[in-house]
Parts: sequence; C-alpha cells; structure tokens
Amino acid sequence: MITLVRRPTPSKLWTYATPLVAVIATMIAGGLLFSLLGKHPVEAIRVIFWEPLFGANASYFRGQLLVKAGPLILIAAGLAVGFRAGIWNIGAEGQYIMGALFAAWLALRIYPAESHWLFPAMIVLGALGGLLWALIPALLRVFFGTSEILVSLMLVYVAENLLAYMAFGPMKNPEGYGFPGSRNLQDYPSAYNHELIAGTGMHWGVVAALVAVIFTYVLMHRHIMGFRIRVAGEAPKAARFAGVMPARLVIFCLGLGGAFAGLAGMFEVAGPSGQITDSFNVGYGFTAIIVAFLGRLHPLGILLAGLLMALTYIGGDMAQLTLGLPSAAIQVFQGMLLFFLLAFDVLTNFRIRIGRAIA
Amino acid sequence: MIVGGIDVITLTATLMGASTPVLLAATGELVAEKSGVLNLGVEGMMIIGAVAGFAAAVTTGNPVLGFVAGALAGALLATLFAALTQLLLSNQVATGLALTLFGLGLSALIGKGYEGVRPPGTPKLDFGPLSDIPVLGRILFSHDWVVYLSLLLVALVWFVLRFTRAGLILRAVGESHDAAHALGYRVVAVRFAALAFGGALAGLGGAYLSLVRVPQWTEGMTAGAGWIALAIVVFASWRPWRVLLGAYLFGGITALQLQLQAAGYAIPVHILSMAPYLVTIVVLVILSAIHRHGVQAAPACLGKPFHASS
Repeated sequence: MITLVRRPTPSKLWTYATPLVAVIATMIAGGLLFSLLGKHPVEAIRVIFWEPLFGANASYFRGQLLVKAGPLILIAAGLAVGFRAGIWNIGAEGQYIMGALFAAWLALRIYPAESHWLFPAMIVLGALGGLLWALIPALLRVFFGTSEILVSLMLVYVAENLLAYMAFGPMKNPEGYGFPGSRNLQDYPSAYNHELIAGTGMHWGVVAALVAVIFTYVLMHRHIMGFRIRVAGEAPKAARFAGVMPARLVIFCLGLGGAFAGLAGMFEVAGPSGQITDSFNVGYGFTAIIVAFLGRLHPLGILLAGLLMALTYIGGDMAQLTLGLPSAAIQVFQGMLLFFLLAFDVLTNFRIRIGRAIA
Repeated sequence: MIVGGIDVITLTATLMGASTPVLLAATGELVAEKSGVLNLGVEGMMIIGAVAGFAAAVTTGNPVLGFVAGALAGALLATLFAALTQLLLSNQVATGLALTLFGLGLSALIGKGYEGVRPPGTPKLDFGPLSDIPVLGRILFSHDWVVYLSLLLVALVWFVLRFTRAGLILRAVGESHDAAHALGYRVVAVRFAALAFGGALAGLGGAYLSLVRVPQWTEGMTAGAGWIALAIVVFASWRPWRVLLGAYLFGGITALQLQLQAAGYAIPVHILSMAPYLVTIVVLVILSAIHRHGVQAAPACLGKPFHASS
C-alpha cells in the first residue's frame, strides 16, 4: 500500500529537482512517442536538444533561440505574477495579438514618414493594447465576480477573429497584389525592430524580456506588492486580515500580464514576423503558461524554462526538416512536459510512504 | 417563413444540431463539477474525441464505432486528469490547461493522415409520417440519433442527480468531501467515475463535430467549443435543464451567425464569427452579476483538493 503523507513544509530539494526530473521523464516518454512514429528515439532527442546548439548549422539556430525565447519569457514573467496570486490569466494569446495590432496600427498609419519617435511610441501602444484587453476580464471579475479564466480565454478567439479581419480588411497592404496581410514592417526603418548584434537573434524584445525578469524578481521578492501577491495566493484569508485589497490585486496582476504579452506581440510584429497576417500568432501565449510553471513561477526559473522551451521549438523545426517528424509532435512533447511537471510536483508537498498506513 | 433574409424554420431546425456538441460536453462537465472537480480540459477532451471518432469511423466505415471511439478517447484523457488531480493532488486549473494543450497537440498528430477525407455519413432517423408534419416535423423530427441521445442524457443526468442514491452520493462528495469521506464514501473513486463520464460526453461531442457537423477533420476544429461548454455550466447554475437551455441558446447564436454569413449581409465574416464568444462573455457577466449577492450555486468543494490524511 502506497500512501502520501503531507510534509510540514514544502521540500526545498524537490522544488528545484521537479523540473529536471520532469524534463528527463518527458525525454523518455517523448522518445517512446517518436519511436511509435517510426523515428529513432535517441536520434530524434539528439536532433531536438543537441543539434540546434552544437550541431553543424548551430550558428544559425542559436540566433533563433533568443528570437523564440524572448516572447515566451516576457509573457511568462507577467503571467507568473498572477498565477502566484491565484489569478488565472489564460488569455495571453489574445493580449499578444492586441499588442501587435495596436503597434502595427500606428506604424501603418504613419507610413512612410520616418521618425525616431515611432518605435518608442509603438512600444507604448503595444503594452497599452495588451493591458486594455486584459483589463476586460479584470474589471468584469472585480465588478461582477465573473470568472477571469473563461473571459480571458473567450477574448483570445475574439482577438483572433479581429486579427483576421484586420489582415484581410483595414490593414491589408494596398500594394500587396491582393494578398492578405499588412505591409512588412521589416522594410520600414523607423518601425523595424532590428537585430541589435548581427547573428545573435538579440532584438529589443529580448532586452525587454530580460528587463521583465529583473523587474518581476524585484517586485516579487523585494517589494511589498510581491509579498501581498504571495500571501493572497497562499493564504487568502490571512491576506484579507493583512489589508490586501483583492480588487486592486486582480487589476494589477491581469494588467501586468496583459501589458507584457502586448509588448511581446509588438516586438514580434515589428521584428521577426514583420506583418499582420491571420497566422501571426503561433501559440506563444499558451506555451508561456507551460514556461511559467516549468520555471516554478520564479523569474529566474522562467528565464531558463523559456530558453528550454525555445529549444524544443527550434529542435522541433530541425527534426521536421531532417527526420520528417510532424510539427504537432513537438506540441505533444510540450504538453507532456507540463503533465510530468504537475505529476512530480506531488513530491514537493508529500512524502511517499510504502507499507501500511499509520492511522 | 423568412425574416430579414433568414429562414426562421431552417434556423430552428439547424439549432438542435449546432447545439449538440456543446450540449454533450456541458452535460458531462456538469456531472464532473457536481462531484467537486473543475476540469478545464474540456476543449482537449473534445478535440481528442473529434479526431479519434473521425479516425475510427473512416477506418471501419461505421460512424457508430466512431462515436464509441470518440467517447472512449475522451474518457481516457479524463482518467489521466483524474489520476493527476485525485491521486497526485496536482492543481486542477493547471492540470486542466495541460490537458487542453496536450489534447490539441496529440489530435493534430493523430489527424495528420485524415485531412481532406470525408467520413461515412450518419443518417437522419426516419420517423415516418412524423417527419412530414409541416414546420414541427422539420424542427423536431429531422435529426440523427446523437441529437436525441444528447437530450436523453440530459434527462438521465437530471434524474440520477435528483432522485437516486448514486446521485445523492455524488452531490455529497461535491458539497463536502470531508463529510462524505467520514461517512465512508470513497471520494476519489466517485470523482474518477464522474470525471470519466464527463470525458466520455466531451469526446462524444467532439466526435459529433467531426462526423456530422462539419463533417471533416481540421486541426483545432473545436475552436473554443469546450470552453463555451464550461461557461454554459456556470450559466446553468449547475442544473441540467438549464444546461440544455444554455446550449440551445448558444447553438441558436451559432446557427444565426452562419445564416447571416450565408444571407450575404455586409458584415465581415470575421466580425460575425466573434458573436458566439462575445455573447458567452455577456451572458457570464449577467449571470455573475445576478449571483453576486445571492446563493452560491456552485458545489462547495469545487476545485478544492482532497487528501484523506486531514
């Protein structure tokens, strides 16, 4: 008989070990999945995790690593703050789209005038777009008690439809020969979020992600707001006695997550993607949820988790190219990672006792 | 009868079919939530049901086997959720999200070879002269068996929850798992069963989507239907008949939206497609505003972890 005995305090060791154990378990389970698909499991894992970093064409792929990790880390850093407080913003994908739409609207409006002010203004608008979109579930939750989970998620579908409408309608490139999609901002110097150091993939969005990590670290561990957020999540009743205002907390957490997601969308549309198209969003907002949990909702953990998750994206692309591994296999792989993480987390809070239970 | 370019009878007749996937998923989720577990993975279970049902029906040529496979696949995924949340005591919100992300990925992987294939048809039931009654015949007696099964399941869930001992135990577990445990009921076992039932219905709903509604397999084809099912359970205040009402209201909006697109109104397609989601939000807000200071309708232990040690 196996029983679980609650630990008096969470295990320090397992808090840090769980993500590693989960990654290893996912590699094993992923290997099994790949062999079911008729690929050599060890070879597939090697292509995904080793080739992009140290393989023959690594110099190209290493640059891609930061391009993919940037938005993931930026979004996850914001989401984690809310998750710590028990506020579930799962609509980051929609806030990401809105940030991109707001920023692109300005750039397309000003085009072709050049100005040094355009890029900073786009940053502000990107954050604002995400913020406003996230304030909808926040205010509905505060004033009517509506579930922020369902509202933020519904708004993803609304934003996706709005994106498609813009790509086919108002934002369509007038010189695009009828193809859907906006002008490419990469050809517009004032708006282009260019690479800062050639070949590294480092752009302003990556810088913003690093700033976000430092900012949320200071916020959560050095500031009274972070204390309030943690108390609210871990002991809601105690939080009320300590004078924490739940309404302000909801607005702050959702707003922060939304602004960060909006920024990520802005840097993406002005840089690596360049265009508003109906396939602009690729699920960063959802993958960021996995990144936040894999990073233990801790800013530094999120930094590492974001890089690892970016690696699976790039490795997945590579495995698709060289081994013909379907792209969906990587999605399954990422989902499995979250499962294993949640499963192994039991060891953080419980001790396993084998043998007879003591009544 | 045509109003503003919309044929009202056709609209009402399509409403039942359009509502069925969401109705099935919401009814299943209602049972799971009544046992005190919040499974946010409905979307994932639906899409797995959609692809499994589609694959099984295409391979065997038998749509009934497709529906069975869809339900089984949904139940299987729900069992995984149950193992994580009930045995390993993982966070229910996070695990539900994981289930959705995993389900979307896995379905895309399984569905690769099935894109652009047509599934075997599911014939409409023949009610003989009943189907020929003007208006009423088209609205009520022109559907396939799954539509009637979904109605039957709503009635069954209502009856079991309200009038049987099993239903009483299920509700007791959902209202106070500690009290139910002290009385000797097996909380974890009851929740496993409730979750598996919920998963089976979500899978069935997904299969209905890919085999009858669309009928085709495309990646991510549930497009939020699972989330809308979750919203309908809240809308219904955890009551089976209101789930029916909510699902048909939602189905009506979906059907109307599609008819408006077909009628060639000057509203862009993408703006119209937002309607179901916006309406869901509006309804949620109205409902939560009403319930704000009233009686809490949700099961008292909804979303709370249960560990027998305490």
